[in-house]
Amino acid sequence: MSATPILVEPFEEAERQREAMVFGLWLFLATEILFFGGFFFLYAVARMQDPVGFARGAAHANLLLGTVNTILLMTSSATLTIAERAARDGWMRAARWGIVFTLVLGTAFLVVKGFEYREDLAEHLFPAAPDFPFTGETGATRFWSFYWFITLVHAIHLTIGLGCVARLLWLERRGTLARRWMVAEVTTLYWHLVDIVWLLLWPLLYLVGR
Amino acid sequence: MRSDDTGLLAREPGETSYLTEGTTLRSWLLSTDHKRIAILYAISITGFFFIGGAAATMIRLELFTPQGDFTTADEYNRLFTLHGVIMVWFFLVPSIPATLGNFLLPLMVGAKDVAFPRLNLMSWYLYIIAGIFTLAALLLGGVDTGWTFYTPLSTLYSNSYVLLAAFGIFVVGFSSIATGINFIATVHLLRTKGMTWMRLPLFAWAMYATSLVMVLATPVLAMAMLLICAERLLGLPIFDPRAGGDPVLFQHIFWFYSHPAVYIMILPAMGVVSEIIACEARRRVFGYQFMVYAMLVIAVIGFLVWGHHMFVAGQSPFASMIFSFLSFVIAVPSAIKVFNWTGTLYRGSIRFSAPMLYALGFVGLFTLGGLTGLFLASIPVDVHLSDTYFVVAHFHYIMVGGAVSAFFGGLHFWWPKITGRMYSESFARFAAITLFFGFNFTFFPQFILGYLGMPRRYHEYPPEFQVWNVMSSTGAVVLAIGYLMPLGYFAYSLLNGKRASDNPWEATGLEWTTSSPPPKHNFLEPPVVLTEPYAYHDWDEAPGGADETRQDEPA
Repeated sequence: MSATPILVEPFEEAERQREAMVFGLWLFLATEILFFGGFFFLYAVARMQDPVGFARGAAHANLLLGTVNTILLMTSSATLTIAERAARDGWMRAARWGIVFTLVLGTAFLVVKGFEYREDLAEHLFPAAPDFPFTGETGATRFWSFYWFITLVHAIHLTIGLGCVARLLWLERRGTLARRWMVAEVTTLYWHLVDIVWLLLWPLLYLVGR
Repeated sequence: MRSDDTGLLAREPGETSYLTEGTTLRSWLLSTDHKRIAILYAISITGFFFIGGAAATMIRLELFTPQGDFTTADEYNRLFTLHGVIMVWFFLVPSIPATLGNFLLPLMVGAKDVAFPRLNLMSWYLYIIAGIFTLAALLLGGVDTGWTFYTPLSTLYSNSYVLLAAFGIFVVGFSSIATGINFIATVHLLRTKGMTWMRLPLFAWAMYATSLVMVLATPVLAMAMLLICAERLLGLPIFDPRAGGDPVLFQHIFWFYSHPAVYIMILPAMGVVSEIIACEARRRVFGYQFMVYAMLVIAVIGFLVWGHHMFVAGQSPFASMIFSFLSFVIAVPSAIKVFNWTGTLYRGSIRFSAPMLYALGFVGLFTLGGLTGLFLASIPVDVHLSDTYFVVAHFHYIMVGGAVSAFFGGLHFWWPKITGRMYSESFARFAAITLFFGFNFTFFPQFILGYLGMPRRYHEYPPEFQVWNVMSSTGAVVLAIGYLMPLGYFAYSLLNGKRASDNPWEATGLEWTTSSPPPKHNFLEPPVVLTEPYAYHDWDEAPGGADETRQDEPA
């Protein structure tokens, strides 16, 4: 059974407060969908204009590291969900471990991504670089533009997500997470945005043309 | 109440309001009280209004003579960019929602505060941070792209201050989104007992519709701004045609936000005007439900008309025809609003108070601005008028004549509630009339200039246009006086104004049931709503009033 939640202004009942938090976060997610929607729209237009060039560019993306990252992020999604359910039911030990695993997996994603960036740069796969291998090929150039832009935006979102998950750990250490499990609920919702966006990016960036 | 005491913070024994609850700077800057945040916004927005206004003054000064003798072409470009960016993002978009909306929405729905008070405070800080970024860019080096940041000018040719300005706009977008999320959640979840959806005041509905647009449009602008930054900073060719990019794509994304943004500016104004007209005509709003649906329809169709900005940008003729049609369609709900305000006024017992004069001014100016919008929505006429002063006049009628008039009207209407003080009614009426005439003197000649073919954004022009430009610049002086006068009598009112009663206009609405200024938690106990909004029964029950009621509520 979940513990009695802590009420904050301007709410007078716990259920209404939880509803507001979830509702507010869903509204925020709607804005994020529109934000990423702008990107997907641009991507679709660009790829339609030159599908062959896109495939040529995408062939140089590191499928192995991309796939490893997909697995890491999907697993973290599961661990955070477990942590959230555990916090709600007052099973605090499981909640703590779920949060810790999520932090580790999320950080691992960023580390792998860092290695991947280093490799990309070693192959000069940066459109502004003077020795970019696809100079003059618009499709491949734009593919790599999108790659850098969107993976960086995604990494920023993930980093913010890690901050939010770390806050859950802090709440747990202070012993208030049991009474504030709604915070875990909305953090999990945000985390799922991050992993769902990645789940869309994985085929768009790594599986194109393979 | 004593009437001889002086000073805003002079308090009655035993009386506390949100103003007297802690008077340190810290208690203001860290306050999560929606009323205090509204005041913080009001002060900072006024600052930005004067910066934008100063730029406008210099623009009109330059255009006094046909030669470019006051500024160089480059300085002129930076001036109108400064004017546009500040006025659109740092004044018009947040003006009514962040000040009046923040102050009134929780009061109107009978809540203690907005749903997320800390998010509300954060949105003000984001606004200030964004303002610092953008101002720094605009004042240090200046940006010459205009407020629209069209590519490839903004990405390939303009100086690098574009980056700072675009980043500032990216951040201010978050402020706008935070306000929108807060308002939607407040209206959905914090309405007091008996406050059903169809009992919401039209201002609350307007805030709701505006918030929907804010939440759904702003992220797209964020993406556009970020892509400009990415293209400049990382050399990622999204819009650069040499690498397969498409500069017109930027216009699509940009206007997908910026056309709905016009409704972020005008919907709140419509809400304010509905409140004032109903109260000052002592009438129930004619066709309340139609007013609500019209606002929602405007919010939705507002998303489908962005292409009318691109009739001459190389868009396909078929797309242009669709966008032209949809632009005509959005005139229908706008016209419903105007008809219903007129219907509300019909046989009303009208008080020509200062707020009412602003509201009536709004109706006239908005109508003229809206009708000229139809000229621009029809493709052949637009091809002639595109990028001329006709366009400038049109959107100033909507955004300045409309939104700013209503903002001033709302400020006058709720001033007693916000500050607990009255202002000089005769000065206020004089200011309202000055503003109306000054506005028309400034912008009506620009319709003619545009029709004659004077392009916008030029700092020199052929001498035959001078007479209209001189008229316009002279009008701007009158307009400036109209804007400055309220500063004077509002300041006087804060220091020496008469104490306001709780409901000086005898208006309906929950905000008038609490004290002026309201206590920290708005109501001493949660109010209960038992009647429809705008129950101005006194007039309805008067002889000859009975048939009015039938007209209001079709069976």
